[in-house]
Amino acid sequence: MSLADRLRGLGKVEELKDGVVSIEVPPEDLKRVAEALLDLGFDHLVNVEGVDLPSEGKIGLIYHASSYEGEFLGKLIALKTKLDRSSPKVESLMDVWPNAIYMERETWELLGIEFEGHPELEHLLLPPWWSDIPPLRKEFKVKQEGYIVDLTR
Amino acid sequence: MISRGKEVLSKYFTYRRLSESDREGLFEVNIGPQHPASGHMRIIVRLDGDLVLDAEPDIGYVHRTMEKLAENMEYIKAQMLFERAAILDSCNITLGYIRALEKLLGVEAPPRAKYLRTLLCEIDRIASHLYGFGIGSIMLNHSTMYMWSFGLREVWLQLAEDLSGARLTHAYNIPGGVRADLPKGFKENADKAIKYTKKVLKDMMRIFFNNPNIRSRLEGVGVLRREDAIRLGIVGPNLRASGVRYDARLVERYGAYSELEFEVPVRKEGDCLARYLLRVDEIEQSMRIIKQALKDMPEGRLLCDEFYNKLSPSAKKLMEGERFVKFPAAFVTLKPEAGEATARVEMGHGEVFYHLISDGSRRPYRVRVVTPSFRNLILFRHLSIGERFMDFPAIYGSLDYFPPEADR
Repeated sequence: MSLADRLRGLGKVEELKDGVVSIEVPPEDLKRVAEALLDLGFDHLVNVEGVDLPSEGKIGLIYHASSYEGEFLGKLIALKTKLDRSSPKVESLMDVWPNAIYMERETWELLGIEFEGHPELEHLLLPPWWSDIPPLRKEFKVKQEGYIVDLTR
Repeated sequence: MISRGKEVLSKYFTYRRLSESDREGLFEVNIGPQHPASGHMRIIVRLDGDLVLDAEPDIGYVHRTMEKLAENMEYIKAQMLFERAAILDSCNITLGYIRALEKLLGVEAPPRAKYLRTLLCEIDRIASHLYGFGIGSIMLNHSTMYMWSFGLREVWLQLAEDLSGARLTHAYNIPGGVRADLPKGFKENADKAIKYTKKVLKDMMRIFFNNPNIRSRLEGVGVLRREDAIRLGIVGPNLRASGVRYDARLVERYGAYSELEFEVPVRKEGDCLARYLLRVDEIEQSMRIIKQALKDMPEGRLLCDEFYNKLSPSAKKLMEGERFVKFPAAFVTLKPEAGEATARVEMGHGEVFYHLISDGSRRPYRVRVVTPSFRNLILFRHLSIGERFMDFPAIYGSLDYFPPEADR
């Protein structure tokens, strides 16, 4: 039985062009499905990623997990969910995959997703006094200086 | 031994959260942020006597929010941006981005370009490992090894320059191909470099890796157990030194790796020494790959047909007999179909991961890059707790951590 078949029933399963199996679930099922993936052998996280989707009023959250041994060695799986953009909140997956610690912290910082149960949602890459909106939100505009800067203005 | 604070998390990851009262009477040592060793970062180490109770990495001093900057530029420009995360290993780190982009565009590099990519990737891998040896050895105050490593690295950088035109920031991979062909006399120079490297590696074994002083600093120190390495998602030599046979070159089969013969070295010990020796083994395998790649390199174009055919007749003519590829104008207006693609590439430090999301416009909607040093960051905490402070530089050095790459 293929991996995609085994995952059916857990969420919306899709096989992407580059061989990654994607499974989309509602936020409240995230942890339960993550545990099921761990049981299947997906023993570590490769990536935690937030994608701002202002047109839908959502923030996408993607966990890419993979395996270092056994049947699914090197196989990538994408666990996806969508959170409400005005107050994105979801349970931390650190209990399932301990290496979520820094990646979730980064996602909290750069996209403003609140991970419940995460012990240290503190600034990591940005300075501790950062008070602007999270920089990976689409409304955050990068101010670029030209090659010649007019200092008199 | 350690009674303060409470141990958090699962059995695979040890780290401590020390409350204000727990911290009383402890030494707090700031290592950094003024370039403590491998770059700008700070590690806050809390000591009871000379026992490490907690080591908290504080990173981000060279953060550039590359993922945001990439959303504001055309696809082709972002390559030069991501290259600057790890200029010491630029062919590998950009190959991940280019491969993800190629998947979105539906193009593939021709065979000769794949061999050339593999060639420069391995040259960069050797240079990256030698850089790591240099930094690691100066942390143990072995300045001879530091000079020798950087001296030997220069040999490989010269080869990279001969091939690509630049010592470090090659920008060598382009969508559907590579920028430049082999120069005259490259094979002879590569053979010389391999011969010389083998000789110097023997000397390095004698003065550093088999030196009793160094051995006593590295052997049995900072042991990473196999199951911890797996569950913490460690990558690269740090993972393989703990007995896990995983390499992105094996699972993704990109470049010419599926056609070349090489081994992925694995060691079981998981201590600092194993992490260093594994890199020595990898340098030897890289040289084996370089030899084969130069011997078996197929003839052919450097750019895939999709882009080559878009070149103007005069540009095609200019390319004849030249080593360098002329950029088709189509590169500026690359417009991949809406969709997503992932790519993994094995860098010297470990696996780099890219996730590219396109909305069909000229600029990426979202680029996510997870670099190996960022994934290995967790080890500062996990490995140093319970060790003597004296061992901290040995552990730090053995991880081959590179701050600009972790910070992005």
